[in-house]
Amino acid sequence: MLDSSLQQLGSALRARQISSVELTQLYLDRIASLNPKLNAFITVQPELSLAQAREADTRLASGKADTLTGIPIAQKDIFCAKGWRTTCGSKMLENFISPYDAHVIGLFNKAGAVNLGKTNMDEFAMGSSNETSHYGPVKNPWDPARVPGGSSGGTAAAVAARLCAAATGTDTGGSIRQPAALCGISGLKPTYGVCSRYGMIAFASSLDQAGPMARSAEDLALLLNTMAGFDERDSTSLPRDKEDYARDLNKPLNGLRIGLPKEFFAEGLSSDVARAVEAAIAEYQKLGASVVEISLPNSKLSVPVYYVLAPAEASSNLSRFDGVRYGYRAPEYGDLTDMYEKSRAQGFGAEVKRRIMIGTYVLSHGYYDAYYLQAQKIRRLIAQDFTEAFKQCDVIMGPTSPSTAFKLGEKGDDPVQMYLSDIYTIAVNLAGLPGMSIPCGFGENNMPVGLQIVGNYFDEARMLNSAHQYQLATDWHNRAPNGI
Amino acid sequence: MSPAIFLSDADVRKVARLARLAMSEAEIDSARAQLSGIFGLIAEMQAVDTQNIAPMSHAQEVPQRLREDVVTEANQRELFQSIAPQVEVGLYLVPQVIE
Repeated sequence: MLDSSLQQLGSALRARQISSVELTQLYLDRIASLNPKLNAFITVQPELSLAQAREADTRLASGKADTLTGIPIAQKDIFCAKGWRTTCGSKMLENFISPYDAHVIGLFNKAGAVNLGKTNMDEFAMGSSNETSHYGPVKNPWDPARVPGGSSGGTAAAVAARLCAAATGTDTGGSIRQPAALCGISGLKPTYGVCSRYGMIAFASSLDQAGPMARSAEDLALLLNTMAGFDERDSTSLPRDKEDYARDLNKPLNGLRIGLPKEFFAEGLSSDVARAVEAAIAEYQKLGASVVEISLPNSKLSVPVYYVLAPAEASSNLSRFDGVRYGYRAPEYGDLTDMYEKSRAQGFGAEVKRRIMIGTYVLSHGYYDAYYLQAQKIRRLIAQDFTEAFKQCDVIMGPTSPSTAFKLGEKGDDPVQMYLSDIYTIAVNLAGLPGMSIPCGFGENNMPVGLQIVGNYFDEARMLNSAHQYQLATDWHNRAPNGI
Repeated sequence: MSPAIFLSDADVRKVARLARLAMSEAEIDSARAQLSGIFGLIAEMQAVDTQNIAPMSHAQEVPQRLREDVVTEANQRELFQSIAPQVEVGLYLVPQVIE
């Protein structure tokens, strides 16, 4: 059961071979036994999950079930879910019970999926290792001494450890793809604007995008079918016709043109990751794809550009946390300004404060043109590189992360080193393109390696097709950590 | 066009004030060191020629949608105030701001 695809689970549920309550309880029991070791979940509310499971069973009995009806899905704790504690990994929201549902949560509810719990994450999604969570770091199921990646590290660990059937993540600079790579699972960040940001606690609004994380590309397609869609409550949601992201899964890869950015295979890439990625490319060639070298000359600027734009937007978004309407308020304070300053100083962790400071500085008087505007201009150059590249290829492939999972605490003291671990993922967010990561082997210390696949705008179906065909020919995605 | 990367304690104090973040002297000192490192990274941007390049804020170049100026949400004051730090008779309480 734990290794079943979503399609198989759905069939078993609809055939009444197992009930949603039984399946939900199975996962809740696994969470109870394994979460103390992994810390993948911040909040589990079994009574809420089981109530949804009972409703799903009624719906299954009535024959009105949808693909995901009755399937337990874990939700990153960045998505507001009515009646659920929603912390975003922060002390600021430790006691925040959301009064409403995020659009994505509403879509899962409508499909009859069961919310299995809220997964751990870097505070306000700011981090690449899950070490900035107020609720403690998540441990990588492949080696608990190592990080799971971030910021959707709880989700990645939960999926890898079979603590849920599938789960959600969000990706602002690599937060779905990098933890997916480091935990040996599959994750997809759709084209910016495909999934609504409504009710997804904002980090950097021009980059934030929700997406599915699961064990296979086939599962990702089913999840995206539920998560995608226009929402008028998100001002950057894109009005588009509903599409079936699974429609091309079974197409052969003959004629697929794969672009390999030379900048992604240069200095800074660990040799074990390079070996696994090169072997995956060779497998693709066996499947009928051809390879062309491309160049993304401005991609090297994506880290500095990102660390201007994202903190600038974050400093603005996080100004809403003032200790007045919701969230943490300092126990002692003098006047109103003192209340703001103390509540925010005590409620936010070190990395969040660091980014608010960067953002406030680059937006402050006299610096706007030199930093924010300059970053937005280079953002266009980075996006144009991709537009040029897609004239020569259908998808772009390369490593997701320069190395496999590093040890907990290893990069803790040096924010710049941590920021550089997102070097291959950030450019994709800046361009607004869809990107995904799938397992493609193991590196040193038997830690998983991720292959990044980047598609042109709205080309998710083709990316999922490429990933699925690879997963039919290989079994990396079916490997499970020892003791799980 | 490149502003100085070196940050002084006074710069950090000013930014903390703008961001409404209380900071101790020790925190200001460590923030100054770390922010200087990060601005060193960001400085790579300054050498790029961006003349005649339009800034990009949204990948799809779509205009902001407008909607009719009508009420779309129901009043849920009690629900929303149930999660507030301090309320009284339907009002959010903060320290007195007007004498």
